[in-house]
Amino acid sequence: MLTSFYAVLFYLATLSLIGGLGIRIYQFASTPAPLKIPTPSAARTLWGVAFRMFREVAFFETLFRSNKWIWFFGILFHAGLLLVVLRHLRYFTQPVWFWVELIQPFGIYAGFAMLIGLTGLLLRRMILTAMRYISAPSDYLMLILLITIGASGYSMKFGAHTDIVAVKQFFLGLMVFDWQPIPADLPLLVHLLLVAVLMIIFPFSKLLHAPGIFFSPTLNQVDNAREKRHIVAWAADMEK
Amino acid sequence: MPETINPTNRIHNNNRPADPVTPYLDPLDMADLVPGCMSQSHSYEASPVHQEKLGFPGELVDDWHDKAINKMGDLVSKYKSLRVFLDSCVKCGACADKCHYGMGTGDPKNMPVARQNLFRSVYRRYFTTAGKYVPALVGARDLTIEVLDEWYSYFHQCSQCRRCSVYCPYGIDTAEISMAAREILDTVGKGQKYCNEIIGKVHEVGNNLGMPAKAMKATLEDFEEDLEDETGLEIKMPLDIKGADILLVTPSADFFAEPHIDGLLGYAKVFHEAGASWTMSTTASEAANFGMFIGSYENMRKVSLRIRKAAEELGVKRIIFGECGHAWRVAYSFLNTLAGPFDFLDSRYPVPQHICEYTWDLIERDIIKFDKSKNDEYRLTFHDSCNVARGSGMGDKPGDQFEIPRDILKATCNHYFDMEENTIRKETVCCGGGGGLLTDDLLDLRKKGASPRMKALSNAREENGVTHMAAICAICKSQFAKVMPGYDFEIDSILSVHQMVSNAIILTGAIDPDEEDDDE
Ligand code: HEM
Ligand code: HEM
Repeated sequence: MLTSFYAVLFYLATLSLIGGLGIRIYQFASTPAPLKIPTPSAARTLWGVAFRMFREVAFFETLFRSNKWIWFFGILFHAGLLLVVLRHLRYFTQPVWFWVELIQPFGIYAGFAMLIGLTGLLLRRMILTAMRYISAPSDYLMLILLITIGASGYSMKFGAHTDIVAVKQFFLGLMVFDWQPIPADLPLLVHLLLVAVLMIIFPFSKLLHAPGIFFSPTLNQVDNAREKRHIVAWAADMEK
Repeated sequence: MPETINPTNRIHNNNRPADPVTPYLDPLDMADLVPGCMSQSHSYEASPVHQEKLGFPGELVDDWHDKAINKMGDLVSKYKSLRVFLDSCVKCGACADKCHYGMGTGDPKNMPVARQNLFRSVYRRYFTTAGKYVPALVGARDLTIEVLDEWYSYFHQCSQCRRCSVYCPYGIDTAEISMAAREILDTVGKGQKYCNEIIGKVHEVGNNLGMPAKAMKATLEDFEEDLEDETGLEIKMPLDIKGADILLVTPSADFFAEPHIDGLLGYAKVFHEAGASWTMSTTASEAANFGMFIGSYENMRKVSLRIRKAAEELGVKRIIFGECGHAWRVAYSFLNTLAGPFDFLDSRYPVPQHICEYTWDLIERDIIKFDKSKNDEYRLTFHDSCNVARGSGMGDKPGDQFEIPRDILKATCNHYFDMEENTIRKETVCCGGGGGLLTDDLLDLRKKGASPRMKALSNAREENGVTHMAAICAICKSQFAKVMPGYDFEIDSILSVHQMVSNAIILTGAIDPDEEDDDE
């Protein structure tokens, strides 16, 4: 029963995440950008744009200039999250990939970084008047959701251990539609339930910033309007 | 950024009192937040006549709600910027203290993220799953007449300067959202008088002033006489000359307002000294394109096509734009799209070119020279106009739009100083009057919005004895002439860049007024 619930839940979550994101990414990609609107320091070549985008995604370069605190907590959280997720690949690969093995020890600290970052961001949001003013309930809940996922993860690591071999078998089984029993430990069930919630809401929430950044015209356009005529279909139609 | 000013570093000159006029004020300080304190700011709405000239309904239509939502959907499907920006904001707060109107007014709705949310909240309600089913959770709300009014008020408290966008980790640009909001307002019959009346004049007469060809001709002849009196040379202000090489398109303020006129005289001297064949046009007697401010591609395109037509009719080889900020954004970033391709022009030159690019090239090639001492009375700084700094480029390297005007100024005067680092170049703070807000019914807002720049300028006065500020934007110039007196600057402390060029340029064969003085 429990196993079926979680199995179906994760199928749905995967569907929502991949399907939903696919649709949203298609929308982002297919919506035309009629005018050249890159912001400085706009690159004049495609390579320049790629380099700019890389710096934004990897280091949050702009954010560093805007606000050191958000940058600090933001980097801690995102870098931590990335490592944690990569470390989690061990539950989905058999044999575990070499480099996933390699990052296992860092993954543990990364989870702390993630939680510190998230807590910092949450406190900012709760304390600063301006942040309170701009926040909707979902903005707090998103942080609380991620914090709870992390906390429940750590409670398995340092508190009530779960049978991670069984967890792995459950997920490997899911991937080949051969359901294996899921360990009935509360922290694990909470952890997985919330992860599924995160996956489901991803395409419907502000988490769309992750794919969104790549489609942001102010960042991804080449500054060459004078050299090369930029025209999209609906604008070209006016010329007929 | 200096926290305190070392008094020994100060340079005293005659133009400023020995005692500090103003203590050091952080230009980027945010006023205390007072929700709703600017909700009364409401520029005049357009009358039916002004609306209908642009093809918008004369007054608020009965089905405004559905029409507005449909238009929103239409815009979201046509503008990637809008769609991505509406979906991507995480409300991290990096932009919250970056808007000059936010800093100056303290109204939290003038924080970029909050301004966007006025629009995003409605988008979420009608176009996203979460907003449809759990609006309260994600801060989504219905479009009501109050919301529409709020849009009108606060999207006319945004000068579309894009300062927020250079601080946003995703490059979300509030200008795009405020343009979309204004376009929706126009579509349901709630346009702004200032912008729409002016666009109507451009369509009808050819310039923002509604100045007819005759008046323009007379004005230019007066200028030619002034130039001859000053220099003893026949410096031309050619109009509608077929077969000229260069078409100069300049903001109409250059024909009648100070200090704009002095800039125009500067261009004429540069063209004269370079021996260039140039002309202005009566039908394209306006560089400005307010179509951008109201977010209307159609209007922007129509205004741009006028310039193309003039270029074709006159048979010119190049197009050069005079000193105008948003005009240069439309020219540099959009003109090729809106009115291109320009393959009938000389392909050796960028289309279009900025007058500063033209002048700087002549300086580099030693074709024009300066007597810097002519500008010794000025201790000068430069205000980067937002639309030039953040909406366009110049030259052939990224960032040339910051350096070329500065290089020109440094070539023409001995005392040049920059203002504080985080208020110039791409981080420049808006003059407070851009984006269709340069109207007297928004004076309170304009004064408050100008405060970050004026504080930075006052600090430059304290630190380096700066007396004057140059700019390459007609709106900036008019706006500063209005707000500077409030900060103990003379009304003529704002200059055109080409005014400095005009003062210092060495014209071959010109009479030197100084020598003449000696004779007398
Ligand atoms: C391409 C990948 C990504 C990039 C470039 C990126 C970038 C950013 C940036 C620049 C911010 C704003 C500053 C901050 O609060 O850190 C942010 C915020 C945030 N990101 Fe990401 N992100 C990415 C992926 C993700 C993913 C996969 C998640 C979640 C599972 C996520 C969750 C969040 C959350 C919840 C916030 C808001 C923090 C707050 O409330 O203050 N991000 N992201
Ligand atoms: C289906 C996906 C996931 C599964 C099966 C899963 C499973 C687990 C398990 C079994 C542990 C305990 C590890 C141990 O005891 O050694 C754990 C820990 C943890 N999980 Fe997850 N998790 C998943 C997704 C996530 C996600 C998306 C996040 C982050 C947002 C996350 C964050 C953490 C953290 C921070 C820990 C503690 C540190 C660590 O062991 O790395 N998990 N997870």
